[in-house]
Amino acid sequence: MTFEELKPFIVPGLPHYLALSGQVFAIGILIALSKRNAIAVLMGVELMLNATNLAFLAFTRFVPQAQGTPALAGHVFVVFILTVAAAEAAVALAMAVLVYRRRETVDLDRLNLLRW
Amino acid sequence: MDNPGVVGAFYLLSGVTVLSSLAVFAVRNLLHAVVFLVLAFVGMAGIFITLSADFLAVAQILIYAGAVSILLVFAVMLTPLADRNNANSLFVLPGVAVAGGFATIVALVAVATDWNVLAEEDLGYRSFATTIADIGQALLGPYVLAFEVASVLLLAALIGAIVLVREEERA
Repeated sequence: MTFEELKPFIVPGLPHYLALSGQVFAIGILIALSKRNAIAVLMGVELMLNATNLAFLAFTRFVPQAQGTPALAGHVFVVFILTVAAAEAAVALAMAVLVYRRRETVDLDRLNLLRW
Repeated sequence: MDNPGVVGAFYLLSGVTVLSSLAVFAVRNLLHAVVFLVLAFVGMAGIFITLSADFLAVAQILIYAGAVSILLVFAVMLTPLADRNNANSLFVLPGVAVAGGFATIVALVAVATDWNVLAEEDLGYRSFATTIADIGQALLGPYVLAFEVASVLLLAALIGAIVLVREEERA
């Protein structure tokens, strides 16, 4: 195969960015599912939000603008995701500190007060 | 997009991002995991730059690599007696299976779908000379309601975080 034939596979296009976004999201899922420390779970959630941002930006870059939408609408969505992620991190970490004060642990498996 | 520098930067930065995300899962100390998370965020900011999203790349470094990671370090430091052993994981094999399946499906769909992408000549960098003006116009134009709600959300998060961790006054 010549370089010209291989070019669509090598030069990063929309599928490359989406596959990368999916990989980072999957690692976020893995961390959020299997870690026991509440702060580590929060790290996985932040990674997942970040992967979503990447997908938004890739679509904004590669897909033509739809009729009647403002330019760079995807970038605006990413701004809102950044805002919500910052707010979520602040409140979740405050909750982690609060839980630690009462129970002296942030291990999610030991926070089972509501267990039947 | 087929500039060799951009191609090399994409693969280098995606390698850094994916490997440091995996390191967040694999390292044994929770503080080291935070450091690798910062590295993943910085690599992601570089990938945003290859997508011509200059403002959001800077915002990513400021908010994620700066503010959120400092919050995470604070949270780790404020829970000193909790277990710092990050290797303490449950259900690793089902988690790896779910995550690997998800990544595979996303990659296959991304490759197989016939996306309505821009023509090669429209992908030039001139069409994204700067994004800040357009983002500002959109934020204060069609999305102004969401913008105001986001500011209320930030205020609520600020007050909520303070109220949650406030020490009760002793009578």
